[in-house]
Amino acid sequence: MASTAGARQLLRHPGAALGACGLAAVFAAATVAGRIAPDGHRRLSADFSQAPSLRHPMGTDAIGHDLFLQVLHGAQKSLQVAMVVTVLATVTGTTLGALAGYRGGWVDSLISRLTDLVLTVPVIVVLVVAAARLREQRESWLVIALLISVVAWPQTARVVRAAVLSVRERTFVSAAQALGASPLRILVVDVLPNAVAPIAVSATLTMATAVLLETALSFLGLGVAAPETSLGRLVATGQSAAGTRPWLFYFPGIVLVTMCVCVAAIGEGLRSALDPGRDDR
Amino acid sequence: MARFLIRRLLHSVPVVVVSSFLVFAMVAASGDPLAELRGRPGVSDATVALRSEQLELHKPVHERYLGWAGSAVRGDLGTSVGGEPVAPMVLRHLGVTLRMVLLAVVVGIAGALVVGVGTALRPRSVLDRAGSVLSMVLLATPVFWLAGLLKDVGIRFNELVGRTVVFTAGERSPATGASVASVVADRLGHLVLPTLTLALVAMAGWSRFQRAATIEVLNAPYVQSARARGLPERRVVGVHALRNALIPLTAVVATDFAAILGGAVLVEVVFAWQGMGRLLLDAVARSDVHVATGWLLVTASVVVVLNLLADLVYAALDPRIRNP
Repeated sequence: MASTAGARQLLRHPGAALGACGLAAVFAAATVAGRIAPDGHRRLSADFSQAPSLRHPMGTDAIGHDLFLQVLHGAQKSLQVAMVVTVLATVTGTTLGALAGYRGGWVDSLISRLTDLVLTVPVIVVLVVAAARLREQRESWLVIALLISVVAWPQTARVVRAAVLSVRERTFVSAAQALGASPLRILVVDVLPNAVAPIAVSATLTMATAVLLETALSFLGLGVAAPETSLGRLVATGQSAAGTRPWLFYFPGIVLVTMCVCVAAIGEGLRSALDPGRDDR
Repeated sequence: MARFLIRRLLHSVPVVVVSSFLVFAMVAASGDPLAELRGRPGVSDATVALRSEQLELHKPVHERYLGWAGSAVRGDLGTSVGGEPVAPMVLRHLGVTLRMVLLAVVVGIAGALVVGVGTALRPRSVLDRAGSVLSMVLLATPVFWLAGLLKDVGIRFNELVGRTVVFTAGERSPATGASVASVVADRLGHLVLPTLTLALVAMAGWSRFQRAATIEVLNAPYVQSARARGLPERRVVGVHALRNALIPLTAVVATDFAAILGGAVLVEVVFAWQGMGRLLLDAVARSDVHVATGWLLVTASVVVVLNLLADLVYAALDPRIRNP
């Protein structure tokens, strides 16, 4: 019942649907391009530093790469990283947050201190230091995704812990305990379903963070490594040429910002749908 | 209050210790700090061995860390791979970065107050809706792209007016006039764009927060009673409402410090500043353990101190915290 009400609320916020469609469109375009021309983003042509044209919708770079294909490939890599991070960090964060909230005691202290650690240390240090060592692996985007997951889960853990703390005191939990249900069963069947709203919202926040961190690392030259490319790498290359060949900077940037806005719109829509009271404030 | 602050400080000690060890160990494992020295022509094996001895590279990581930590508590952060003392080096770079970050925080708070309170007074107006869309886009924009965008705009603006009004590279000109005024003008000219970048991103989140807090406070009974007593609206909003509406913002600003310092790393790269960001990236590239760990120690301390400052402001605004 709650979910149909939530779905109706979601429809009232077209931003979320638009955001989801936007992301799906980028991903679909990148997948199609990857099928038609698997090496398109790496192929060199004789058109050096060309402005956007029908042949090259986003122009070309100094050594003849087609920017449109590069942007599509980069967006795909960024989205892949974001999805892996969202799944890993949400599962880890939910598990540990639920444990901390339900168990309390030293488990709670340990997990809370870990969360503090991430909040005190600029995340970028951990990533920069770790990425410098690990990115020489073959599937560099997967390594980066794992790294970002390591720093991204505590946010979710914190949210889930707070939610579990409040649900734990409800009477239906006491009832389940009185019936002799195991702690695991209580957590999975009784407690977590009541924390779905904050988990969903925090998952979209994780996704946004993941895109920002991955592109930032790639921008610094520490993220997705050649021959793969990422929107961050493309912006870094285009940035020095912004004055003379603006397309190299603006096209990857605009696609990147659009993707981030789509993720933010989904989060915003979910939040208002799951917490309607918030809208009227 | 003093006890509260001391407890907060003590809480942050283990966090700093653990994180400094992690960074120490990760950088130590990341590569050979003497690779550059080895590659240089005319450097004998004896020189490399001596340097390796000085850096204690033969010892296990935890012993090296303990040795480093022992002197670090006495204020000595060791020497870089190049042999330069780390503490003065980090502090010099910190000064450059703090100039940008602190100004950005001040500008960000001021902007958030104006936009947040302004939109809260007219919720659902055109201005309010425009503000919420704009802040959503700004929040979603990667800071390095925003920096690049402002840099490009700055360069075009300079070309348009025919002289350099806002500088787009470096934190200072190589040579400035001798007078204090010209030095200040030069520094400010370099500060405009990087500060604006960081402030805009911070403002985007903070203004929405300030808006929500103000709307909530404006509906509180004590504000309605102030209105009922016939106080002018200016006084109701400016004095009665604002004070309580500032409390949540203080908390948010405090939790964002670490993120802003992280963002500053990227902004420095775009604007070619010789600040903490450059220092960290160079240290990591050279596997310079002492510089990277010194960086972390100093940055984490700054975050802790700024958080304490925020706690003090928090307590000044909310008497319940002062007398628990």
